[in-house]
Amino acid sequence: MAKKISILIVDDEESVRDSLYNWFLEDGFRVAYAENASKALTILESDQFDIILADIKMPGMDGLEMLRRIKALKPDSIVIVMTAFATVDTAVKALKDGAYDYVTKPFDPDDLTHLIRNATKQISLADENESLRKKVSSLENVEDLIGNSVAMKNVLREIESVAQTNSSVIITGESGTGKELVARAIHANSPRKFFPFVSVHCGALTESLLESELFGHEKGAFTGAMYNRKGRFEMADSGSIFLDEIATISTKMQVELLRVLESKTFMRVGGNKEISSDFRVICATNKDLKSMVEKGTFREDLFYRLNVVNIQIPPLRDRKDDIPLLVTYFIKKYCTSMNKPTAAIDPAALKRLQEFNFPGNIRELENMIERAIVVGNGKRIALKDLPLEKSFVSSSTESLDDFEKAFVLQILNKYNWNISRTAKALKVDRVTLYNKIKKYDLKLADQHG
Amino acid sequence: MNLPNITLISYGYFGKDLLEKTAEAVILEFQCSVNLIEGHLDLSEYYDPARRQYNGNSMLKLVDSLSFPDSLKILGLFDVDLFIPILTFIFGQAFLGGRTGIASLYRLSNERYGMIRDDRLLLDRFCKEVIHELGHTFGLKHCQNPICVMRSSTYVEDIDQKNQHLCHNCRAELELLLE
Repeated sequence: MAKKISILIVDDEESVRDSLYNWFLEDGFRVAYAENASKALTILESDQFDIILADIKMPGMDGLEMLRRIKALKPDSIVIVMTAFATVDTAVKALKDGAYDYVTKPFDPDDLTHLIRNATKQISLADENESLRKKVSSLENVEDLIGNSVAMKNVLREIESVAQTNSSVIITGESGTGKELVARAIHANSPRKFFPFVSVHCGALTESLLESELFGHEKGAFTGAMYNRKGRFEMADSGSIFLDEIATISTKMQVELLRVLESKTFMRVGGNKEISSDFRVICATNKDLKSMVEKGTFREDLFYRLNVVNIQIPPLRDRKDDIPLLVTYFIKKYCTSMNKPTAAIDPAALKRLQEFNFPGNIRELENMIERAIVVGNGKRIALKDLPLEKSFVSSSTESLDDFEKAFVLQILNKYNWNISRTAKALKVDRVTLYNKIKKYDLKLADQHG
Repeated sequence: MNLPNITLISYGYFGKDLLEKTAEAVILEFQCSVNLIEGHLDLSEYYDPARRQYNGNSMLKLVDSLSFPDSLKILGLFDVDLFIPILTFIFGQAFLGGRTGIASLYRLSNERYGMIRDDRLLLDRFCKEVIHELGHTFGLKHCQNPICVMRSSTYVEDIDQKNQHLCHNCRAELELLLE
């Protein structure tokens, strides 16, 4: 947080003061409290607070009177009033007198978080000055996006420029290239970074589950729904929602999604209250959405709404210069997590890695390094620790696709076309393997061809 | 170097496997030893009939009063619905930079939300909550990193968004706090 926000809690109940004090302390705020209005006013004479959270009913001076005095003293103060029994009259009175908002005790933790986040947002907007408005000169929180290659630098540049906007983004790239990391980096460098980044793997959910995941449901919406369940769009309020494998959603969901993107409002399943949410959409796919639009399997209007900015992540084979950096990074990462001293890598092993084409991209390289650290001697990663088939190290003049096709086919044949075992051996998921089979039109008969 | 010891004391029914796996996750995250013990307590005096929930503040104080001289941190594990006076419910809470915390399994299961039972997900959520509350006892505050275990979570869906580990920044801060 750029500025430490301060909160003054005013309540005559000790348990309320203590609970709120601990809650806000854990959130990293500067917190103080007073047990009555006159003590609060005394504190405010000598100290400044960004947010004042005050009970309405207190012995002596009540919260509304205190609100009026605070507003006379510091008109810009954000005062939130708490009531045990909300009545329209008191709420209207408080708001008329300049309260920022009011809440009924006890509150839902989520409501409290949202209330404070919104107040914080207002404070940061008010405090915004030229230096804050300046474009960020360096990207933050991109610790897993490794690479010095021209291709990767271009991606980082695109992240930097798109992060500051609210535009929808589609990230394209093969499986394992790090699409979610790019999405996270966009969010982490955007003005929305203090709000949630919510990711949804559309491909992993059936249509009805996706609906419940995205929109949430109300308590009692169906048997067993004992509590309200918040949908992903609602969770992403003021933040970003990442829809992975967007190409897999059904045509019905495409219509629903388009409607939500246009109105930014929706209802929970079983609910009748319209909920609005201010989210930014970032999508990812390894499919060619444009050709899906041409074939009529993806809605054109949705495509154009989503595809305001397109970031293409290059496959690892097109940025082999980055392999040594990535290897060093993964060695450090896994040695640290396994509580081992950082291992070195033999030059021959590194050379072999640089020659390999990595059909599973960075995810495959990462798995390979993790495995090498597990099976190796712990000090040096040698060639024998790497599961690389020598015959498939690229030195031929064939195209990369020819190479990948032959490699996938060899492993499929090796495992008698058992998809699970082949996918495991290739260190890719089953969907990726199916995609490869489809892409290269591989058939069981090919083993004889 | 002696590993710090953390006591996880359970009250209620959890299933042995869940507690042992949670202890393993704690060991891995904090590089500590864990003392996993079963506590016995009549929780009725912490029950609030008006709210049909258990008072988290009183239960935190109760766990804090327990004496485990060899333990650096103590976390009480419960299977009941917790509240604090100002909030409708809590998953857990802790004394920031203190010795004690509590966490509850109650609102973490899919069945409470009408979803299909998923024991693996329940374990994952519980581990995150336990590590999160222990993080507070070490002095860590809420983190903005969306996948850091110290990210604040007010719904189970929020818990599912983060992972079980401290981010680089929180890890570095923990090391500083432990120095």
